[in-house]
Amino acid sequence: MITVNDLSKDFTLHMLGGKTIRACRNVSFHVPKGGFLGLSGVSGAGKSTVLKCLYRTYIPSSGSIVYDSMILGAVDLVTLGDREVIAIRHKEMGYVSQFLQVIPRVSAVHTVMEPILARNGVTRAEARERAEDLLRRLNIPSGLFDACPSTFSGGEQQRVNIARAVSWKPRLLLLDEPTASLDRNSVGVVLGILRELRDQGTTMIGIFHDKDLMGRVTDRVYQMA
Amino acid sequence: MNPEKPLIRVRALGKRFGEGCIRCKGVTDPEAASNRCPRCGTIHALSGVSFDVYPNEALGVVGESGSGKSTLVRLLHFEWTADRGSFHIHRRAVTGPMTETFFNGDEYSYNLLDISPFQKRQIRNALMGIVYQNPNLGLRMQVSSGGNIAERLIAAGFRRIGTMRERAGGLLEKTEIPVARMDEAPSRFSGGMQQRVQIAKALSNNPLILFLDEVTTGLDLSVQARVLDLIRSLKDELKLSMLVVSHDLGVIRLLCQRTLVMKSGCVVESGLTDQILEDPQHRYTQLLVSSRL
Repeated sequence: MITVNDLSKDFTLHMLGGKTIRACRNVSFHVPKGGFLGLSGVSGAGKSTVLKCLYRTYIPSSGSIVYDSMILGAVDLVTLGDREVIAIRHKEMGYVSQFLQVIPRVSAVHTVMEPILARNGVTRAEARERAEDLLRRLNIPSGLFDACPSTFSGGEQQRVNIARAVSWKPRLLLLDEPTASLDRNSVGVVLGILRELRDQGTTMIGIFHDKDLMGRVTDRVYQMA
Repeated sequence: MNPEKPLIRVRALGKRFGEGCIRCKGVTDPEAASNRCPRCGTIHALSGVSFDVYPNEALGVVGESGSGKSTLVRLLHFEWTADRGSFHIHRRAVTGPMTETFFNGDEYSYNLLDISPFQKRQIRNALMGIVYQNPNLGLRMQVSSGGNIAERLIAAGFRRIGTMRERAGGLLEKTEIPVARMDEAPSRFSGGMQQRVQIAKALSNNPLILFLDEVTTGLDLSVQARVLDLIRSLKDELKLSMLVVSHDLGVIRLLCQRTLVMKSGCVVESGLTDQILEDPQHRYTQLLVSSRL
């Protein structure tokens, strides 16, 4: 499904006289379809950098990321054009960040509905039902569904964020510490949701702060130095 | 309209104010301090800007004041004439009286910078809408809101008063202006309301292309959020293509998936918006991103 070969990322800081900072170097791994790879390593080892390179938020400095796309065939995400990356993000690839990017004036339930409506060709009512189901499972009180998440607690925001990212069932899901701000109870629910997604065929690559947790959900761990 | 083909194709667009001289080149590029030639005083407002905008896509344009953002919009909206370059619209997109002319060529055969002023007006009336930072530029302040919209509808070929009133009412409703205030002049409205009347006016001819020139600058936060929410929902509902000019990186992040960064009349960097914000490549973009609040 996805093969990373000799991936490195350097940041050139022009404001510091062109100083180069190496964020990750010579990363290579392969994730088969339906697999779940964990990325492990100390803080600053470049775990998030790898995920952001895969999502192309960062432009990798060298190496290749060959992804078997459903719509475009085998492509190298390192050199792929912007429009094609947007198409893959839209149809296949999801990303869960550590924090919710709140959209002004958009309610929690609409935040989760938007990606479903934009993709799956379902009616508004169906999208709303699916969004409400997810939020309910994640223990968001139904009284908050129509409130704007900017007023929510950190944990609630993060649960909305996860609901938004998984609601449209992406084919490849990248997870950057999705459970870092959640209590034990919510973590259990999130793991359940991730397992379900996997059963439906989603391939995943994730970073988890908790080693124990990582062992429970992933089937292989890539150790970063 | 094929979503894989650009709706708009702009190549090597240039505009300068002044005669220019042989030393201009080299002293006015983005690496130099300014786009004004110290010898002849010529200002190179735009020097060779190229980009595509696809159907139902919002393209962001960021850059400091004086970088040429507004010049770009004014050239594409035919308010100023360009010195060089080309501006094409996919022929399938062209409707109205110009259809036949365009249909004879291939996909991007007519350089819109070369057609007559009359034809430019036809293209603008049929396909374009614009929202300015300053509502005074986009609206006649002493004419009723409905009248402002009707003016554009007449330009786009509407003739029946009843139809026009109905359409104006619908648009004002969509932009959350009470229809009861349709006959009031925008001079009696708040800044945020004026901006929404401007959006209603810009949308009245069902444009394919919407130019947004700093639409939220100067509005207070709650009004800004309301205007942005409106633009976001209208974009998908009406399948608009938009050129979003702003110096507010938050606005660009919210509305656009791709962004151009301009400096001294040139595009110094272009890419996915999240990449521009998190992994800026050019020296100037790094400065811009690190300066935001």
